[in-house]
Amino acid sequence: MSAKTLYDKLWESHVVHTEQDGGVLLYIDRQLLHEVTSPQAFSGLRAAGRKVWRTDANIATADHNVPTTDRAAGIADATSRLQVDTLDRNCAEFGIEEFGMHDKRQGIVHVIAPEQGLTLPGMTVVCGDSHTATHGALGALAFGIGTTEVEHVLATQCLWARKSKSMRIWVGGELGNGVTAKDLVLAIIGRIGTAGGTGYAIEFAGPAVHALSVEGRMTLCNMAIEAGARSGMVGVDAVTIDYLRGRPYAPVGKIWDQAVAAWGELHSDPDAQFDAEIRLEATDVAPQVTWGTSPEMVVDISAQVPDPALEKDPVRRKGWSDALAYMDLAAATPISSIALDKVFIGSCTNARIEDLRAAAAVARGHHKAASVKAVLVVPGSGLVKAQAEAEGLDRIFRDAGFEWREPGCSMCLAMNADRLEPGERCASTSNRNFEGRQGAGGRTHLVSPAMAAAAAIAGHFVDVRDWVMH
Amino acid sequence: MEAFTVVEAVVAPLDRPNVDTDAIIPKQFLKTIERKGLGKHLFDAWRYLERDGKQVNNPDFVLNQPAYAGAQILLARENFGCGSSREHAPWALADYGFRAVIAPSFADIFANNCVQNGILLVRLPMDVVDHLFHEVAANPGYRLRIDLPAQEVQTMGDSRYAFPMDAGHKHKLMHGLDDIQLTLQQDNAIRVYEARRRQMAPWLFRD
Repeated sequence: MSAKTLYDKLWESHVVHTEQDGGVLLYIDRQLLHEVTSPQAFSGLRAAGRKVWRTDANIATADHNVPTTDRAAGIADATSRLQVDTLDRNCAEFGIEEFGMHDKRQGIVHVIAPEQGLTLPGMTVVCGDSHTATHGALGALAFGIGTTEVEHVLATQCLWARKSKSMRIWVGGELGNGVTAKDLVLAIIGRIGTAGGTGYAIEFAGPAVHALSVEGRMTLCNMAIEAGARSGMVGVDAVTIDYLRGRPYAPVGKIWDQAVAAWGELHSDPDAQFDAEIRLEATDVAPQVTWGTSPEMVVDISAQVPDPALEKDPVRRKGWSDALAYMDLAAATPISSIALDKVFIGSCTNARIEDLRAAAAVARGHHKAASVKAVLVVPGSGLVKAQAEAEGLDRIFRDAGFEWREPGCSMCLAMNADRLEPGERCASTSNRNFEGRQGAGGRTHLVSPAMAAAAAIAGHFVDVRDWVMH
Repeated sequence: MEAFTVVEAVVAPLDRPNVDTDAIIPKQFLKTIERKGLGKHLFDAWRYLERDGKQVNNPDFVLNQPAYAGAQILLARENFGCGSSREHAPWALADYGFRAVIAPSFADIFANNCVQNGILLVRLPMDVVDHLFHEVAANPGYRLRIDLPAQEVQTMGDSRYAFPMDAGHKHKLMHGLDDIQLTLQQDNAIRVYEARRRQMAPWLFRD
């Protein structure tokens, strides 16, 4: 038997049927649902008189539209409210378990599923959301789908798919103090580009990756989609098993032992072949800051905004010029001189407990700069919020003049009331710096939680490694 | 879903790389619980301007220029449709009237979503796409003919450009097929798989 990649193993164990033209009917173990990309899927089922194939494979929560301020008042915006109410009604009608807006387990779908043990190694996990790649951190095959496919999974528990090519991104050494999984993944995207992983399933491997916590691995896999890959994954190791033990929906007793034995196989065989291989050294990675309107437009904190005139390719040159015009930045501006109006710490990329601890460690004993209008800290789930409060992190944030909010997607994409005003500049721990992403006319710089907290206090970007030394 | 065989139409050029689905349809329009009616919001941030509190057409944006009225083919640059998985993007493109997009490359999830909505994505080499951008700029009202059965883009002159196509996607587009019906014909295979899986990995089942 030939050596297999983790992706081969996950793929092959889910093939239900293969068509003559090579199309594969792939079984889906877990579907996560949220209010934005599911209403039309449920309408479709209803219109065709179809039932949900396997209700226990689905779990739902409202995250994109929910307010992060006092929830007792409900949702002020009528269209947002309709979408959240529609999810509640659909889940009740079709018998799907939901963590509703007032449930303490509610939160960003990609934070709550691993937290609850609803994502397990060896699973196929889908969601109508591109950041579903996050769940690959647990040794699962996880990818985002559109609403028509959400309906298809509800009705059949399967998807038609074709196998992607495989890419291994191998990271040697170890990340320096103050350098995080976020910096690593931004550096990777800067190197391979936002289309570098298109058509591939990416496995992150090597000592620097396996030295990360599961939370850090989730940050890494989360942004695989920003490198163009629908899925990112990390092989199962002891860190994965320790993370899962005792989670509410994780197996227990004899079945746990049986599961752990099976999960032990979920890594690439030593001599497995990949279609593409990228290698980098973690020690070369510095804290990263994006300067443009695509995640690939990223540089080290010590660098300057690049000059489009130096780019040879005309399409890229125009892209850089357009980005600088939108961002209102001049070429050769030192990154550390860029001043911020707002700071956002949250999102499915960086709203887990480890992220909040990193931000709090920087903020402790300091206060946000007077020039920074607002700093939002939005935990990824009700349970992350409770944990942070138990550790006193909320006090550190409040004392620093940061706002401590209720869980949700919030200002990552500004579907609720949290957004940038036109022209405002934000240091954000989210995943996309696209034009208007955080509010029409808003300008986003992607960074790690520690870098965001440091920028909030200094009023401009600073190298958090210097901060650590202070 | 409307079947796609041959479309001959005006081509609208969108000359920027990495056009993301946030740009195709911004978040404020994702609050709908319907599939229809998104065409008027397609490329909203680029297409409209705020003037004295009112929304007016941005005369610089390609879809507001008379030469491209009625365009059904969009000519774009690499990595078109990157970012969010929102199917609202192909819904908006289709609702506006686009039947096909030509570009050197497309993002994976967006490409899948287009097939579900009868939109043909035509991948052509970078130099051919460059050439087509020049032709569109030089010839107001420039049209192309896309022949899906032949997998060819044909100019009104006599140039022909072959494009690659997944056989399954081609079949689905040409016949306007709905997947669920097709999949449910495999219901027995799904049940057999499920029974085996339940035995081997009981922790994957919560009921």
